Formats: sequence, C-alpha cells, structure tokens
Amino acid sequence: MRRYIKPAVFLICLIPLAILVCDAFHQALGANPVEKITHRTGDWSLRFLLITLAVTPLRKLFGWKSLMRYRRMLGLFAFFYVCLHFATYLVFDHFFDIGEMAKDIAKRPYITVGFTAFLLLIPLAVTSTGKMMKRLGRHWQRLHQLVYVSAVCGILHYLWLVKADLLQPLIYAVILLLLFGIRVWYQRKPLDTAFLEYSN
Amino acid sequence: MIIKRPDSIKASEITDETNYQNRREFLSTVSRSTLALAAGASFPVLLGSRRTDAAPALGNIQKSRYALDEEKTPIEDITRYNNFYEFSTDKEGPALLARKFKTDPWTLRIEGEVNKPATYQLEDFIKPYTLEERVYRLRCVEAWSMVIPWVGFAFADVLKKVEPTSRAKFVEFTTLYDPRQMPGQQRRVLEWPYVEGLRIDEAAHPLTILAVGLYGKLLPNQNGAPLRLVVPWKYGFKNIKSIVRIRFTEKQPGTTWNIAGPQEYGFYANVNPTVDHPRWSQARERRIGDFFKRETLMFNGYADEVAGLYSGMDLRKYY
Ligand code: HEM
Repeated sequence: MRRYIKPAVFLICLIPLAILVCDAFHQALGANPVEKITHRTGDWSLRFLLITLAVTPLRKLFGWKSLMRYRRMLGLFAFFYVCLHFATYLVFDHFFDIGEMAKDIAKRPYITVGFTAFLLLIPLAVTSTGKMMKRLGRHWQRLHQLVYVSAVCGILHYLWLVKADLLQPLIYAVILLLLFGIRVWYQRKPLDTAFLEYSN
Repeated sequence: MIIKRPDSIKASEITDETNYQNRREFLSTVSRSTLALAAGASFPVLLGSRRTDAAPALGNIQKSRYALDEEKTPIEDITRYNNFYEFSTDKEGPALLARKFKTDPWTLRIEGEVNKPATYQLEDFIKPYTLEERVYRLRCVEAWSMVIPWVGFAFADVLKKVEPTSRAKFVEFTTLYDPRQMPGQQRRVLEWPYVEGLRIDEAAHPLTILAVGLYGKLLPNQNGAPLRLVVPWKYGFKNIKSIVRIRFTEKQPGTTWNIAGPQEYGFYANVNPTVDHPRWSQARERRIGDFFKRETLMFNGYADEVAGLYSGMDLRKYY
C-alpha cells in the first residue's frame, strides 16, 4: 500500500496541469487564454511553494514524519510550475525577445521580484538530489533556507501586480507568516530549555 | 419608442426560454460528466457566455462613419471578460453576478452647471437621440484590447439639449451605488460609487458616445447596462458603466482610479504607447482572440481625430 502513495502524490501534483491542458483543449480558458495560463501557473507556483514550506511545520506540530518523504517532490513541483509560468511570459508576452524581456525585468518591480524568486529556485532544484545533499552536508540546509526568500519574493510579486484587490496576495502572505512563525518558534525552543538547564 | 424593452418584444424575436434552458442544462451536463476534472474551471464560462443570446434587439440603428474596419471581437468574449469591479474583481464574475441586475426602471440625473438640469426616466432621456452603430477599439490599461460594435448616441447631442453654462469646464459621471445588487461594492476595493470625468471639449468630441447597446442588441448587464460612456481614445476605465448621474462642474472632478493610484492612473488616461504605466508597459497589447501582442497605437488609433484636443500639453505629465 505504502509504495503507491508517492506515485499517487506525484499524479495529484499534476492535476492542475491536467486541468489546464484539458481546458485549453476544450477552449475553456476564457476570452484571454494567455492571461489565464499565466494566472493559473503563477497561482500553482505559489501554492506549491507554500505547501513545501508547510511540510516541516506540520511534522513538528503533529509529528507527521512521513511527510518528509514528499518534500523534495513538492518543491520540485513548485519549480516545475514556475518554469511553465515563466515560459508563458517568455513565449506569449515577449516571443523570445530576450532584450525586451531583460528591459521589462529591470524596469518593472513586480517582474523583478518574480524573476528573483524564480532564479533563487534554480540552485535549489539543482541541489535537490540525495547526492548533492550529501556533498553539501550542513551547507545544504542553509542553502535551502533560500526557499523562504523565494516565497517572500513570490508574494511581493503578487502584491505588486494586483490593481486594487489585495485580498488574495494577503491571504498567501498570512499563510507564509504563520509557517515562518512556527519555524522560528521551534527554533528558539531548544535554546530556551538549554538556557533553563544552564541557569539551573 | 427606440429601445424595445423586454415586455415590448415579440415572442418570436427572443430565444425560446425552454430551448435556452435546455441548452444550458445540456452544456452543464456535458461539462460535469465528460470534462470531469475540468468542470470546475469551465462550468462558469459555459454558463456565463450564452446569456446575451436572449438580449432584446434594438430598432432603428443608423450606420455611422465611425465604423472601424477591423475584425470584431466575438460577442461571447465581450460579454464574459469584463472589468466591472462593482460586481467582481474577477473578469469572469460580472457575467454571472450581474444577471439579475435591475436596469428598468432607471433614473438619470443631469445637474450642476447646466441650463436644463433634470431627472429623467431612462427611456425619456434616450428618446430624442438617434442611435448609431459605432465600431470602436477598446484598449484596457491592462494591455488587452477588443473591437466592439457599440450602439449609442453622440454625447455632443446631449450637450446641445441640456445646455451647459459657460462655467461648465468638466463633466462628471457617477455609477449606481447599490451594494445589495452590486456585491463588489460590499468591499472597499475602490471608493464607491465609481466616478469618472472628462474635460468638456473631450465630452463634446464626436467620438464620445453614451452607449445603450452592443452588437445591435440591448447592452448586457455586465457591459454596463443600461447606459455607459464610451471614449475610444482613452483607457477602458474611463468608460464608466451603469451611469445614474451626469454633473457639469467648473473644477476637475476626482475620479475613482486616479484617487486609488494617482501615480498610475491619470485623469486624462489617453492611450499612449510611449508613456508606460509604472507596472505595465503600454507599448503593446494583446487583442482578445490573438495569442501574441501587437503594437499599441497613439490615442488608440484615433490620433487624427483627437490629437488636437491636447496640442501643447505635455502628455507625460498629463497621463
Ligand atoms: C517563484 C516565482 C513566481 C511566483 C510564485 C509567481 C506567482 C504569480 C502569481 C500568484 C501571479 C498572479 C496569479 C493570479 O492573479 O491569479 C502571477 C502573475 C504573473 N507573473 Fe508570476 N510568479 C513567479 C515568477 C514570475 C516570473 C519569473 C515572471 C516573469 C519574468 C512572472 C510573470 C508574471 C506575470 C506577467 C503575471 C501576470 C500579471 C498580470 O496579470 O498583470 N512571474 N505570478
């Protein structure tokens, strides 16, 4: 039974893409399909980033150790959806005009932070293998803390691109803050007890 | 009567309601069963796009010399992709949420610096004017565009009738405020009610119209029924919808998006590919129906007609 869980999670992670392809096939992406693809892939990039970041807090809060086995896959799916998101921008917004694109990235703060979030994920994806983990040792942990920076940039990206209705990006921001808060809480706990023991 | 209200149309002119319902049911069944996963996403689209078939036709529409010779955006797209924050900030929301919006009876007030201020029932207000079909480009500040066959009348004709005084330098338009009918107004994403404005010479320009229809039929609710402004050389947000008040003023009115983001949305909001919105480039646009972007034209392609209105003005400053 257990060995089916991982493939099942893998397939579940592909559902948003399946829906997108299905809708495209049935011309059900509305009047502006490119915008819809950008929005859906952007939404799923951010959701998978936050789901990945939720793994450790959930393990600590509820002791769900087995979740750790899916963390790498979830993170890689976040990267996968950002790649689709970026590809949409590259192809449909700029049609491979790298010069124009570079100007756009430099000029528009929301694109600048989005691109930063994307760039930050590249070294993490590259070093996500077991081999790399071993090779980098304790540096791996530090390096992969960059995922928080990427998520912050992703949310800034969203906050800066909406015109008036900040509700959605703010919901994501609150979730990220909560996850970060839990992490910080657990990090200072051992310190506190250590301090208590010492003073005793 | 120029506008045929729903109760005055011959039954044969309207899509048979049972027919219509059957089709809706069919569509939703299809989307539920065969599209399985996709149903969640495509269901609202299927529901939202067909409604306009049932819109009553308008009679006596004159041709106009302002009939752009470009491929028109299909009615399905014009009626399911709307920025109408009074209903929803999601572009597919208005088609669903405005369905029961009541546009009859409708009262319009004309006030301020005019010789003939008045409160009209909409039919009475519209009656004297000749309806024309105007095929215009519409360019949204979000860098997408459409080609829309509006039905409406020149605002210049309204000016002749209501006679602005010599002190009237601007015209201010206000949308209905009714949060019970317009659920988007229950949240303060913008200052409600929505207000827009034009300089009086812009308002008097022959391209400026008040629209009551689309594709020869009564304006669908999600497109700003029963009465909306269309100023084709300006960004879409200037084209205020569901108007209940037109006021003539000496001072430039405060306008909704300008108040929400003064650095981003100017009072003039003329389509201008050389002046970027701080967050989007305005150099190019995606015509709805196209995958790739095209160049945006100065004044949305109406430079010959309207550039004179702004001669001597720094369009970077007055964006
Ligand atoms: C980790 C990286 C990123 C995340 C998490 C992310 C997330 C998002 C989200 C959540 C949205 C809004 C979706 C919606 O409104 O429903 C969005 C929109 C968008 N993103 Fe990203 N994004 C990322 C990287 C990028 C990059 C690298 C680019 C291009 C260089 C980009 C370009 C855009 C564009 C053009 C939009 C649409 C803006 C609009 O509708 O006006 N994003 N993104």
